[in-house]
Amino acid sequence: MLVKLLNTLLMVVVALSITGVINRTRALLAGRKGIRFFQHIYNVRLQLRKGAVYSTTTTALFRIAPTVYLGATLLAFLFIPIADLEPLLSFHGDIILVAYLLALSRVTIILAAMDTGSSFEGMGAAREALYGALVEPALMMGMATLALFCGYSSFADIFSMAQELDMNLTIVLFLLAYVFVIIMIIEAGRVPVDDPKTHLELTMIHEVMCLDYSGVDMGLIHIAGWLKNAIFAVIAANAIAVAVSFHWWFAAPLAILITGVTIGVIESLRARNKLSRNITYILTIVAMSALVLLTGFLLIQNIEI
Amino acid sequence: MGLYHITNNRTTAVALKDIPVVEYVDLYNDLKERMCDVRYHVGHYFAVEIENGLKFYLLLLDDETSEVLITSFVPDYYAEGLASLTAIHPQFHPFEREMHELYGIPFDSHPWLKPLRFSYDRRDKSSTMDSYPFYTIEGDELHEVNVGPIHAGIIEPGAFRFICDGEQVLHLEIALGYQHRGVETEMVRNQNRLRQTLIAESIAGDTAVGHATAYAEVVEKLAGKQASKALNLERMIAIELERIAMHLADTGALATDIGFQLFQVACEALRTVTINTSQAWCGNRFGKSVIRPCGSNHPLTAEKIAMIRKNIADVRRRYNEVREDILESQSLLARFDQCGLVPRDEMIRIGGVGQAARASGLLRDLRTTHPWGYYAEIKHESVLKHECDVMSRLATRMDEVLQSADYIEKALSEYTPNEAIPAPDYEPQLALESLSFSLVEGWRGEICHVAITDAQGDIAKYKIKDPSVHNWLGLAIAVRSEGISDFPINNKSFNLSYCGHDL
Repeated sequence: MLVKLLNTLLMVVVALSITGVINRTRALLAGRKGIRFFQHIYNVRLQLRKGAVYSTTTTALFRIAPTVYLGATLLAFLFIPIADLEPLLSFHGDIILVAYLLALSRVTIILAAMDTGSSFEGMGAAREALYGALVEPALMMGMATLALFCGYSSFADIFSMAQELDMNLTIVLFLLAYVFVIIMIIEAGRVPVDDPKTHLELTMIHEVMCLDYSGVDMGLIHIAGWLKNAIFAVIAANAIAVAVSFHWWFAAPLAILITGVTIGVIESLRARNKLSRNITYILTIVAMSALVLLTGFLLIQNIEI
Repeated sequence: MGLYHITNNRTTAVALKDIPVVEYVDLYNDLKERMCDVRYHVGHYFAVEIENGLKFYLLLLDDETSEVLITSFVPDYYAEGLASLTAIHPQFHPFEREMHELYGIPFDSHPWLKPLRFSYDRRDKSSTMDSYPFYTIEGDELHEVNVGPIHAGIIEPGAFRFICDGEQVLHLEIALGYQHRGVETEMVRNQNRLRQTLIAESIAGDTAVGHATAYAEVVEKLAGKQASKALNLERMIAIELERIAMHLADTGALATDIGFQLFQVACEALRTVTINTSQAWCGNRFGKSVIRPCGSNHPLTAEKIAMIRKNIADVRRRYNEVREDILESQSLLARFDQCGLVPRDEMIRIGGVGQAARASGLLRDLRTTHPWGYYAEIKHESVLKHECDVMSRLATRMDEVLQSADYIEKALSEYTPNEAIPAPDYEPQLALESLSFSLVEGWRGEICHVAITDAQGDIAKYKIKDPSVHNWLGLAIAVRSEGISDFPINNKSFNLSYCGHDL
């Protein structure tokens, strides 16, 4: 039980730290001192203390959406182990549940955005639906690769069996980590797919869907975002940990650094994609995911080509 | 007397009696042919109330000979409408729309006489923002996106109505007028020249020096005073400083819009150095108070010259590094190249001016074609780019920054400190019943101020034209068939003024 609690605690630390590392990396590269490391947490604390303002055109759907969004993400969050630790929840086939919980959270927020009747949010919802549909195969194939390696279909089992893996699979695991980091960038709406810092409604994807949310609802959406980041970050870190050193004290910091630094560096050193190019970008990740699955399959079966 | 009175940008005011009064039919027929030649474009076109009606003035610029052609006509407009010039040469559209809005002149066969800026003294008070006649297209596949008039951040008010097919923009309509302050009336109501200078500095906050120079030139021409070489050098330094500062700001803003942090912070830092240089010179970061009619309050001293020289050399060197990196940045080029095309022919048709026109290969640069002050001596060569896209507009800016830095350096070396520059004169005797105009190339483009004095030597009519009046239509054309998410970078690549348009 203690192990499970430690796992959950570490997951929370990862979730809370990634945004801080991103901000710090960006500030360093821009030659700035930067905001406090945990400033984003203070901001959300402030939001949670506030009430919420609702547009008169919205329905109950709009009001429950942040709760469902956070709830679904939190549930998925509890299934993820950090390297050799055990997650709070686990059962056979939970990787499918996690994928669908994430899809549920996405659909909820899309519906809520459509509910406002705003043309901006409609555009954002259309974009999010398109990118969500495109990135899902990458996620599923990535998880399938893990399941294939271990013959199990729950995160806990997959990673607990991982030490016995053939070292030939190392390269596949690194590729898998790469795929998950990019999936996280897409899901979190960071550069080059989206830009959370922009004030331009016409170019937003994720942010524009939350334009009508305020106060406590906005806070919930932010928290759900952090949890979502942690899910992908930890899966990516686990994939590397399997190949390098399968311990929680290695995987947890790695999860924070690998995503935080990568995103911070990317956001400083390159421009956003043209919106129409995002489709190509996401499909490339899907293709890479398919490649990982295929290579993994060939290696597992010892098939010689 | 011919159809036009011919003058140029460096002579004194024109007596009203020297301006021919022609028949509109003759003028119309002449312009029909003449404006097909790219060397001509409209400087200003406006109507003035006289006894029993209106008198129209037209300023035409000839870019080849540096001549300015002035003419006027007094139609019996109640008897019949005037044939619209916009129908043949769209560059007349803002002027005809303005006159229609103010005086109800029915321009025959004008494509669309919608209001320009909802002046408070407009003829039809029932025409308001709320009844703005937006263009609509019917279709199940299409959707409208309305942006503004209130925007996020520090953007001025203006409504943008997009008609989109999915992500693709079919049509953008820009409705302005939310910033109308009655500047032109204010310039006439108060004859205190200092107060008028301050108003001129506030016509467009980002072009304080440009508009103040235009005002000072107008007054000096009416007063028959020629600015000394030292004064002209000072004004040139001020306006080029403003150009550098704004082009730097826009380079940074373009980087911000594509989420490119490094270029953004680099340009913001450099802009701060530039505007702080202005502040160290005159006490205002935007160069307000540098330009005053007939003199200056801030003659450059040896220390200030050294300070400006050092800062600008530093900015030039560092910006050149940024510029080289920008030209090699693939992800940035992928966004800006081939985005927001405004072909040269289109620029000519809509009467585009300034750096946006130069980015489309159209030479509209008053420093070259209608030089004033010290520009007549330096033989300015305009930066011309022919790609017509966002990158082209950015590249024009980048090259102009380097050029402006060189001009400042040159002007500083020509300038002898401690030379006696007179203090500003706010009470010069102005020529009676005259028309005075000034043409100044601000960082955005052509600024044209026109003043008409009455029999007492007071300014009876003051007309202002910011380059934005021409170029807003260019933005609407640039985003056609682009993705709607590329609107912000197109908008920044033009960076037009709302209040300069609305006055």
